[in-house]
Amino acid sequence: MVEFFRSLFRPERSSTTAKERLRLVLLSDHLSLAPDVIEALKADLFAVISRYVEIDASNADVSFEHREHDVAMTANIPILQLRPDRPPPPPPIVREPDPVTEAVAQSVAVDALEPEAMPPAGSGETVRPPANGSTPRRRRRRKPAQAPQVSQPQVS
Amino acid sequence: MRAFETAIETDAAVAPGAAVRRGRAIVITSGKGGVGKTTTTANVGAALAARGKRVALVDADVGLRNLDVVLGLESRVRHHLLDVLEEKVDLETALVRDKRNENLYLLAAAQSREKEDVDTAQMKALMAQLCETFDFVLIDCPAGIEMGFKNAVAGAHHAIIVCTPEVSAVRDADRVVGLLPSDWRPELIVNRLRPELVRKSKMLSVADVNDILRLPLLGVIADEPGLIVATNKGEPLAYDAASTTGAAYRAIAARLDGEDVSAPTVNTEAGLFGKIGAWLGGRA
Repeated sequence: MVEFFRSLFRPERSSTTAKERLRLVLLSDHLSLAPDVIEALKADLFAVISRYVEIDASNADVSFEHREHDVAMTANIPILQLRPDRPPPPPPIVREPDPVTEAVAQSVAVDALEPEAMPPAGSGETVRPPANGSTPRRRRRRKPAQAPQVSQPQVS
Repeated sequence: MRAFETAIETDAAVAPGAAVRRGRAIVITSGKGGVGKTTTTANVGAALAARGKRVALVDADVGLRNLDVVLGLESRVRHHLLDVLEEKVDLETALVRDKRNENLYLLAAAQSREKEDVDTAQMKALMAQLCETFDFVLIDCPAGIEMGFKNAVAGAHHAIIVCTPEVSAVRDADRVVGLLPSDWRPELIVNRLRPELVRKSKMLSVADVNDILRLPLLGVIADEPGLIVATNKGEPLAYDAASTTGAAYRAIAARLDGEDVSAPTVNTEAGLFGKIGAWLGGRA
């Protein structure tokens, strides 16, 4: 009975749908109307990738696609060969074996530790997924097992 | 008039020997058609004139003349914009005075011509000429972003964007803002708002629209039957002292005239029944 009344009153929030559609369509419009931004993005993207591998930039294709729930960037970049002088790979990601330590590490403000935990610039570049305008996925940087500073903020 | 052609590069520039600019030319534009540009032009113009300002309304929608009808002046139009641009008649001869207010004048569009017939430089010069004797020159822009739009914008100093709370209208408004000179700061009128639908989250709210457009809000006009009746009769609601929509237009005129009027609001508060609904709906 109560459910029946609730369903009667529950608003159909089509304005929210309208707003979300509008946000995506404008993002897509603005991208297509900003060729200079796209060219700059492509140049940066190619430069980063070229540090690791030799690419065929003349046959590369970077496009933006308006999908159901986001706008996605797709990069199709032919790779010719690995660079002999490529930078060293980033340090391996080590999983914490101990669930207790894991819980402590997560309870500590991860963001506050980020600057210290950051590897030196240039050693860990990754090509990130496209900014789709929605909440960016936060990449939790796990602490290496041998790093003892994790517990320090707890003590102080 | 031809002497202006090379002299006017920017809107603020005045040709040598010309009188000092008195008024401001404001283009009323939207991109999308049918959102209420002409009704807005007529009513804001009438409200400004009622404040004692000298106002010229220019119908730039060549080929689709309508501002004369909305103002109820269709029977008085003898000459039009292109007659003036082509120097067939004087500007003074072509201007039609409003029957209700001696401060309000209309320059009608040519009905049997095309938008491409208008020369952009001449249009600029004409707007500058109008600004010598009028406080406000309101230019009713045609829909679209082609030549007609460019000519309407050419002689203006400022823009008012009319937008209805719809996805298509907001998208077009966003596009038009991007086509206006980058140093302009266009102001927004949200038109045809239906408070009862906003309350039920079935229509974009003013905040929703302006979250996207991010323009200074000049006014909000609710959708009401009175507007249709007024257009039927050719009597702008802005002259109707008893009308709340008329009051909204008068508030817009006051803001344009530099008066510090409180921010535009439309009551979207729920009544008792709506509050019960929101309570039940919110808890579901």
